[in-house]
Amino acid sequence: MGTMIKVGMADLKACKAPDALTTLGLGSCVGVALYDPVTKVSGLLHCMLPDSTQIKNNSNRAKFADTGIDELIQQMVALGAVKSRLVAKIAGGAQMFAMSSANEALRVGERNALAAKKKLKEYNIRLLAEDCGKNYGRTVEFYSESGDYLIKAVGKPPKTI
Amino acid sequence: MAKISLDGLDDMQYDVLKEIGNIGAGNAMTALSKMLNLKMDMSVPKVALVPFTDIETIIGPEDQTVVGILLGMEGDIDGMMLFVFDTKSALHLVNTLMMRDVTENEDMDLHELSDMEMSALNEIGNIVSGSYLNAISALTNMKMISTPPSMTIDMIGALLSLPATEFGKYGDKLLLIQSQFGELDFVNGYFLLIPELNSYDKILTSLGVG
Repeated sequence: MGTMIKVGMADLKACKAPDALTTLGLGSCVGVALYDPVTKVSGLLHCMLPDSTQIKNNSNRAKFADTGIDELIQQMVALGAVKSRLVAKIAGGAQMFAMSSANEALRVGERNALAAKKKLKEYNIRLLAEDCGKNYGRTVEFYSESGDYLIKAVGKPPKTI
Repeated sequence: MAKISLDGLDDMQYDVLKEIGNIGAGNAMTALSKMLNLKMDMSVPKVALVPFTDIETIIGPEDQTVVGILLGMEGDIDGMMLFVFDTKSALHLVNTLMMRDVTENEDMDLHELSDMEMSALNEIGNIVSGSYLNAISALTNMKMISTPPSMTIDMIGALLSLPATEFGKYGDKLLLIQSQFGELDFVNGYFLLIPELNSYDKILTSLGVG
Protein backbone atom coordinates (compact mmCIF):
# COMPACT_ATOMS: atom_id res chain seq x y z
CA MET A 1 0.00 0.00 0.00
CA GLY A 2 1.47 3.33 -1.02
CA THR A 3 0.83 6.73 0.49
CA MET A 4 -2.43 8.59 0.22
CA ILE A 5 -1.78 11.97 -1.41
CA LYS A 6 -4.22 14.74 -0.60
CA VAL A 7 -5.46 17.06 -3.30
CA GLY A 8 -6.91 20.35 -2.01
CA MET A 9 -9.59 22.58 -3.43
CA ALA A 10 -8.53 24.09 -6.78
CA ASP A 11 -5.54 21.76 -6.77
CA LEU A 12 -4.17 18.79 -8.72
CA LYS A 13 -1.62 16.02 -8.16
CA ALA A 14 -0.16 13.19 -10.22
CA CYS A 15 1.36 9.99 -8.85
CA LYS A 16 2.54 6.47 -9.68
CA ALA A 17 1.40 3.11 -8.28
CA PRO A 18 1.17 2.11 -5.47
CA ASP A 19 0.28 5.62 -4.29
CA ALA A 20 -3.31 6.78 -4.14
CA LEU A 21 -4.94 10.19 -4.46
CA THR A 22 -7.77 11.65 -2.44
CA THR A 23 -9.79 14.82 -2.24
CA LEU A 24 -12.25 15.60 0.55
CA GLY A 25 -15.70 17.09 0.39
CA LEU A 26 -16.35 17.71 -3.28
CA GLY A 27 -19.49 19.84 -3.51
CA SER A 28 -20.13 21.69 -6.70
CA CYS A 29 -16.48 21.06 -7.56
CA VAL A 30 -15.59 18.14 -9.81
CA GLY A 31 -12.93 15.50 -9.14
CA VAL A 32 -11.43 14.37 -12.45
CA ALA A 33 -9.31 11.22 -12.17
CA LEU A 34 -7.10 10.29 -15.13
CA TYR A 35 -5.28 6.99 -15.41
CA ASP A 36 -2.85 5.20 -17.68
CA PRO A 37 -3.63 1.48 -17.12
CA VAL A 38 -0.24 0.34 -18.42
CA THR A 39 2.22 2.51 -16.51
CA LYS A 40 -0.29 3.01 -13.67
CA VAL A 41 0.39 6.72 -13.57
CA SER A 42 -2.66 8.52 -12.28
CA GLY A 43 -3.76 12.05 -11.59
CA LEU A 44 -6.55 13.79 -9.73
CA LEU A 45 -7.89 17.28 -10.33
CA HIS A 46 -10.25 19.14 -7.96
CA CYS A 47 -11.58 21.97 -10.11
CA MET A 48 -14.16 24.52 -9.02
CA LEU A 49 -15.03 26.55 -12.12
CA PRO A 50 -15.84 25.40 -15.64
CA ASP A 51 -14.10 27.84 -17.93
CA SER A 52 -10.83 29.75 -17.51
CA THR A 53 -11.56 32.02 -20.47
CA GLN A 54 -14.51 33.60 -18.63
CA ILE A 55 -12.38 34.74 -15.70
CA LYS A 56 -9.69 37.43 -15.60
CA ASN A 57 -7.65 36.03 -12.76
CA ASN A 58 -6.87 32.58 -14.12
CA SER A 59 -3.27 32.03 -13.04
CA ASN A 60 -4.14 28.97 -10.94
CA ARG A 61 -4.67 26.42 -13.71
CA ALA A 62 -6.02 23.77 -11.33
CA LYS A 63 -9.02 25.94 -10.51
CA PHE A 64 -10.69 25.39 -13.88
CA ALA A 65 -11.95 22.27 -15.62
CA ASP A 66 -10.32 23.20 -18.94
CA THR A 67 -6.82 24.34 -17.94
CA GLY A 68 -6.81 21.87 -15.03
CA ILE A 69 -7.11 18.90 -17.36
CA ASP A 70 -4.38 20.38 -19.63
CA GLU A 71 -2.04 20.74 -16.68
CA LEU A 72 -2.85 17.33 -15.21
CA ILE A 73 -2.09 15.58 -18.50
CA GLN A 74 1.25 17.43 -18.74
CA GLN A 75 2.26 16.37 -15.24
CA MET A 76 1.20 12.77 -15.86
CA VAL A 77 3.11 12.57 -19.13
CA ALA A 78 6.17 13.83 -17.23
CA LEU A 79 5.73 10.84 -14.88
CA GLY A 80 5.61 8.42 -17.80
CA ALA A 81 1.96 8.27 -18.80
CA VAL A 82 1.11 8.01 -22.48
CA LYS A 83 -1.55 10.46 -23.57
CA SER A 84 -3.35 8.13 -25.97
CA ARG A 85 -3.80 5.48 -23.28
CA LEU A 86 -5.40 7.75 -20.69
CA VAL A 87 -8.88 6.96 -19.40
CA ALA A 88 -11.03 9.04 -17.06
CA LYS A 89 -13.49 8.76 -14.19
CA ILE A 90 -15.24 11.80 -12.78
CA ALA A 91 -17.30 12.59 -9.68
CA GLY A 92 -18.83 15.62 -7.99
CA GLY A 93 -20.64 18.55 -9.54
CA ALA A 94 -23.50 18.47 -7.06
CA GLN A 95 -25.96 21.24 -6.33
CA MET A 96 -25.51 21.54 -2.59
CA PHE A 97 -28.43 23.79 -1.74
CA ALA A 98 -31.94 23.58 -3.10
CA MET A 99 -32.78 27.10 -4.14
CA SER A 100 -34.34 28.74 -7.11
CA SER A 101 -32.08 27.54 -9.89
CA ALA A 102 -32.36 30.98 -11.46
CA ASN A 103 -29.23 31.72 -9.47
CA GLU A 104 -26.42 30.96 -11.86
CA ALA A 105 -23.91 30.41 -9.04
CA LEU A 106 -25.88 27.49 -7.67
CA ARG A 107 -25.80 25.58 -10.93
CA VAL A 108 -22.03 25.71 -11.23
CA GLY A 109 -21.77 22.00 -10.34
CA GLU A 110 -23.62 20.94 -13.43
CA ARG A 111 -21.55 23.27 -15.59
CA ASN A 112 -18.31 21.99 -14.07
CA ALA A 113 -19.17 18.40 -14.94
CA LEU A 114 -20.17 19.34 -18.50
CA ALA A 115 -16.99 21.36 -19.02
CA ALA A 116 -14.83 18.47 -17.79
CA LYS A 117 -16.53 16.01 -20.13
CA LYS A 118 -16.17 18.39 -23.06
CA LYS A 119 -12.46 18.81 -22.39
CA LEU A 120 -11.95 15.04 -22.14
CA LYS A 121 -13.69 14.64 -25.49
CA GLU A 122 -11.29 17.13 -27.06
CA TYR A 123 -8.38 14.99 -25.90
CA ASN A 124 -10.21 11.82 -27.00
CA ILE A 125 -9.96 10.49 -23.47
CA ARG A 126 -12.57 7.82 -22.82
CA LEU A 127 -14.84 8.40 -19.83
CA LEU A 128 -15.12 5.03 -18.06
CA ALA A 129 -17.48 6.02 -15.26
CA GLU A 130 -19.04 9.01 -13.58
CA ASP A 131 -20.95 9.84 -10.43
CA CYS A 132 -22.06 13.44 -10.84
CA GLY A 133 -24.88 15.78 -9.94
CA LYS A 134 -27.54 15.25 -7.27
CA ASN A 135 -27.44 17.24 -4.05
CA TYR A 136 -24.78 15.72 -1.82
CA GLY A 137 -21.06 16.11 -1.27
CA ARG A 138 -18.51 13.41 -2.07
CA THR A 139 -15.11 12.40 -0.76
CA VAL A 140 -13.16 10.46 -3.38
CA GLU A 141 -10.11 8.20 -3.42
CA PHE A 142 -8.36 7.03 -6.56
CA TYR A 143 -6.15 3.94 -6.39
CA SER A 144 -3.53 3.89 -9.09
CA GLU A 145 -2.81 0.20 -8.54
CA SER A 146 -6.31 -0.92 -9.54
CA GLY A 147 -7.80 2.15 -11.19
CA ASP A 148 -10.62 2.04 -8.65
CA TYR A 149 -12.38 5.29 -7.83
CA LEU A 150 -13.95 5.06 -4.37
CA ILE A 151 -16.73 7.51 -3.59
CA LYS A 152 -17.96 8.23 -0.08
CA ALA A 153 -20.97 10.37 0.80
CA VAL A 154 -22.68 11.23 4.07
CA GLY A 155 -25.37 8.71 5.02
CA LYS A 156 -24.75 6.52 1.96
CA PRO A 157 -22.78 3.32 1.51
CA PRO A 158 -19.39 3.87 -0.19
CA LYS A 159 -19.24 2.84 -3.81
CA THR A 160 -16.50 2.11 -6.30
CA ILE A 161 -16.73 3.11 -9.92
CA MET B 1 -8.00 54.36 0.75
CA ALA B 2 -7.41 51.34 -1.39
CA LYS B 3 -10.26 49.09 -2.36
CA ILE B 4 -10.43 45.71 -0.79
CA SER B 5 -8.27 43.07 -2.40
CA LEU B 6 -7.68 39.41 -1.80
CA ASP B 7 -3.95 40.06 -1.50
CA GLY B 8 -4.42 41.48 1.95
CA LEU B 9 -6.40 43.94 3.99
CA ASP B 10 -5.08 46.89 5.93
CA ASP B 11 -5.61 47.14 9.69
CA MET B 12 -8.43 49.62 9.38
CA GLN B 13 -10.36 47.36 7.00
CA TYR B 14 -9.84 44.40 9.31
CA ASP B 15 -11.10 46.34 12.31
CA VAL B 16 -14.19 47.67 10.59
CA LEU B 17 -15.17 44.26 9.23
CA LYS B 18 -14.58 42.69 12.62
CA GLU B 19 -16.88 45.25 14.19
CA ILE B 20 -19.54 44.39 11.61
CA GLY B 21 -19.23 40.77 12.71
CA ASN B 22 -19.41 41.80 16.33
CA ILE B 23 -22.56 43.82 15.99
CA GLY B 24 -24.29 41.40 13.65
CA ALA B 25 -23.46 38.28 15.59
CA GLY B 26 -24.19 39.95 18.92
CA ASN B 27 -27.72 40.70 17.80
CA ALA B 28 -28.12 37.28 16.28
CA MET B 29 -27.07 35.63 19.52
CA THR B 30 -29.52 37.69 21.54
CA ALA B 31 -32.31 36.60 19.21
CA LEU B 32 -31.30 32.97 19.47
CA SER B 33 -30.97 33.14 23.25
CA LYS B 34 -34.45 34.58 23.57
CA MET B 35 -35.97 32.09 21.18
CA LEU B 36 -34.48 29.10 22.96
CA ASN B 37 -34.32 30.47 26.48
CA LEU B 38 -30.64 29.63 26.62
CA LYS B 39 -27.64 31.64 27.57
CA MET B 40 -25.38 31.69 24.55
CA ASP B 41 -21.76 32.77 24.41
CA MET B 42 -19.97 34.23 21.47
CA SER B 43 -16.31 34.49 20.64
CA VAL B 44 -14.65 37.59 19.21
CA PRO B 45 -15.39 37.57 15.46
CA LYS B 46 -12.64 36.81 13.02
CA VAL B 47 -12.09 38.31 9.61
CA ALA B 48 -10.47 35.51 7.70
CA LEU B 49 -8.67 35.59 4.40
CA VAL B 50 -8.29 31.89 3.72
CA PRO B 51 -6.47 30.30 0.79
CA PHE B 52 -8.54 27.51 -0.79
CA THR B 53 -5.87 25.01 0.20
CA ASP B 54 -6.43 25.81 3.91
CA ILE B 55 -10.20 25.62 3.86
CA GLU B 56 -10.12 23.10 6.72
CA THR B 57 -8.90 25.85 9.08
CA ILE B 58 -12.24 27.67 8.93
CA ILE B 59 -14.35 25.14 10.82
CA GLY B 60 -12.82 21.69 10.69
CA PRO B 61 -11.72 18.88 8.37
CA GLU B 62 -13.35 19.02 4.92
CA ASP B 63 -15.00 15.63 5.37
CA GLN B 64 -16.58 16.32 8.77
CA THR B 65 -20.37 16.10 8.62
CA VAL B 66 -22.20 19.25 9.68
CA VAL B 67 -25.56 20.93 9.31
CA GLY B 68 -25.42 23.98 7.07
CA ILE B 69 -28.13 26.56 6.59
CA LEU B 70 -27.52 28.85 3.67
CA LEU B 71 -29.22 32.15 2.95
CA GLY B 72 -28.59 34.48 0.07
CA MET B 73 -28.18 38.20 0.68
CA GLU B 74 -29.79 40.70 -1.64
CA GLY B 75 -30.48 44.40 -1.76
CA ASP B 76 -27.66 46.92 -1.65
CA ILE B 77 -25.14 44.18 -1.05
CA ASP B 78 -24.95 40.66 -2.44
CA GLY B 79 -23.51 37.53 -1.02
CA MET B 80 -24.43 34.72 1.28
CA MET B 81 -24.63 33.72 4.88
CA LEU B 82 -23.83 30.26 6.10
CA PHE B 83 -24.81 29.00 9.46
CA VAL B 84 -23.03 25.80 10.54
CA PHE B 85 -23.55 23.46 13.51
CA ASP B 86 -21.98 20.15 14.25
CA THR B 87 -24.50 17.33 14.27
CA LYS B 88 -24.66 17.03 18.07
CA SER B 89 -25.46 20.73 18.41
CA ALA B 90 -28.17 20.53 15.78
CA LEU B 91 -29.96 17.76 17.66
CA HIS B 92 -29.59 19.67 20.90
CA LEU B 93 -31.10 22.78 19.33
CA VAL B 94 -34.00 20.82 17.86
CA ASN B 95 -34.72 19.19 21.22
CA THR B 96 -34.61 22.54 22.99
CA LEU B 97 -36.87 24.19 20.47
CA MET B 98 -39.40 21.36 20.57
CA MET B 99 -39.35 21.38 24.41
CA ARG B 100 -38.10 17.82 24.66
CA ASP B 101 -35.57 16.27 27.00
CA VAL B 102 -32.12 17.00 25.70
CA THR B 103 -31.18 13.35 25.84
CA GLU B 104 -33.91 12.32 23.44
CA ASN B 105 -32.72 10.91 20.12
CA GLU B 106 -29.18 11.68 21.21
CA ASP B 107 -27.64 9.23 18.77
CA MET B 108 -30.09 9.73 15.97
CA ASP B 109 -28.81 9.95 12.46
CA LEU B 110 -29.58 13.46 11.23
CA HIS B 111 -30.95 12.11 7.99
CA GLU B 112 -33.82 10.67 10.03
CA LEU B 113 -35.03 14.10 11.15
CA SER B 114 -38.72 14.63 10.54
CA ASP B 115 -39.99 17.47 8.37
CA MET B 116 -41.09 19.30 11.49
CA GLU B 117 -37.61 19.07 13.00
CA MET B 118 -35.92 20.13 9.78
CA SER B 119 -38.20 23.09 9.55
CA ALA B 120 -37.40 23.98 13.18
CA LEU B 121 -33.71 24.09 12.36
CA ASN B 122 -34.39 26.14 9.26
CA GLU B 123 -36.38 28.59 11.33
CA ILE B 124 -33.44 29.01 13.68
CA GLY B 125 -31.34 29.93 10.67
CA ASN B 126 -33.98 32.34 9.50
CA ILE B 127 -34.33 34.20 12.79
CA VAL B 128 -30.65 34.37 13.51
CA SER B 129 -29.66 35.63 10.10
CA GLY B 130 -32.56 38.05 10.04
CA SER B 131 -31.37 39.72 13.22
CA TYR B 132 -27.76 39.68 12.01
CA LEU B 133 -28.72 41.45 8.81
CA ASN B 134 -31.05 43.94 10.49
CA ALA B 135 -28.25 45.01 12.79
CA ILE B 136 -25.74 45.64 10.01
CA SER B 137 -28.39 47.16 7.83
CA ALA B 138 -29.14 49.74 10.54
CA LEU B 139 -25.44 50.37 11.03
CA THR B 140 -24.56 50.90 7.38
CA ASN B 141 -27.86 52.40 6.27
CA MET B 142 -28.04 49.92 3.43
CA LYS B 143 -30.88 47.68 2.41
CA MET B 144 -30.21 44.00 3.02
CA ILE B 145 -32.69 41.20 2.57
CA SER B 146 -32.12 37.51 3.04
CA THR B 147 -33.58 34.87 0.75
CA PRO B 148 -35.38 31.90 2.33
CA PRO B 149 -33.02 29.49 4.09
CA SER B 150 -31.98 26.20 2.60
CA MET B 151 -30.60 23.45 4.80
CA THR B 152 -28.16 20.70 3.95
CA ILE B 153 -26.49 18.02 6.03
CA ASP B 154 -23.15 17.29 4.44
CA MET B 155 -19.37 17.60 4.54
CA ILE B 156 -17.82 20.98 5.39
CA GLY B 157 -15.80 21.02 2.18
CA ALA B 158 -18.90 20.47 0.09
CA LEU B 159 -20.78 23.26 1.86
CA LEU B 160 -17.93 25.75 1.53
CA SER B 161 -17.45 24.97 -2.14
CA LEU B 162 -20.29 27.32 -2.98
CA PRO B 163 -18.82 30.53 -1.50
CA ALA B 164 -15.35 29.39 -2.54
CA THR B 165 -16.49 29.13 -6.14
CA GLU B 166 -17.86 32.65 -5.95
CA PHE B 167 -14.46 33.94 -4.79
CA GLY B 168 -12.66 31.67 -7.23
CA LYS B 169 -13.70 34.17 -9.88
CA TYR B 170 -11.42 36.79 -8.31
CA GLY B 171 -8.56 34.86 -6.78
CA ASP B 172 -7.56 31.84 -4.75
CA LYS B 173 -8.71 32.98 -1.35
CA LEU B 174 -11.97 33.20 0.54
CA LEU B 175 -12.73 36.35 2.55
CA LEU B 176 -15.30 35.97 5.29
CA ILE B 177 -16.46 37.35 8.62
CA GLN B 178 -16.75 34.52 11.09
CA SER B 179 -18.28 34.27 14.55
CA GLN B 180 -18.33 31.24 16.74
CA PHE B 181 -21.06 30.76 19.31
CA GLY B 182 -22.12 28.18 21.82
CA GLU B 183 -23.97 27.22 24.94
CA LEU B 184 -21.74 25.55 27.54
CA ASP B 185 -20.65 22.26 26.00
CA PHE B 186 -23.90 21.51 24.25
CA VAL B 187 -23.97 23.75 21.27
CA ASN B 188 -21.14 24.76 19.00
CA GLY B 189 -21.86 26.64 15.86
CA TYR B 190 -20.41 29.06 13.35
CA PHE B 191 -21.87 31.97 11.56
CA LEU B 192 -20.17 32.97 8.32
CA LEU B 193 -21.03 36.22 6.58
CA ILE B 194 -19.70 36.08 3.05
CA PRO B 195 -20.45 39.19 0.98
CA GLU B 196 -19.27 39.21 -2.60
CA LEU B 197 -16.01 41.02 -3.15
CA ASN B 198 -17.66 44.18 -4.57
CA SER B 199 -20.05 44.30 -1.64
CA TYR B 200 -17.15 44.52 0.81
CA ASP B 201 -16.24 47.83 -0.81
CA LYS B 202 -19.80 49.07 -0.44
CA ILE B 203 -19.88 48.13 3.24
CA LEU B 204 -16.58 49.88 3.92
CA THR B 205 -17.60 52.98 1.98
CA SER B 206 -20.89 53.23 3.86
CA LEU B 207 -18.89 53.38 7.07
CA GLY B 208 -16.48 55.96 5.75
CA VAL B 209 -13.51 53.64 5.22
CA GLY B 210 -13.94 53.12 1.47
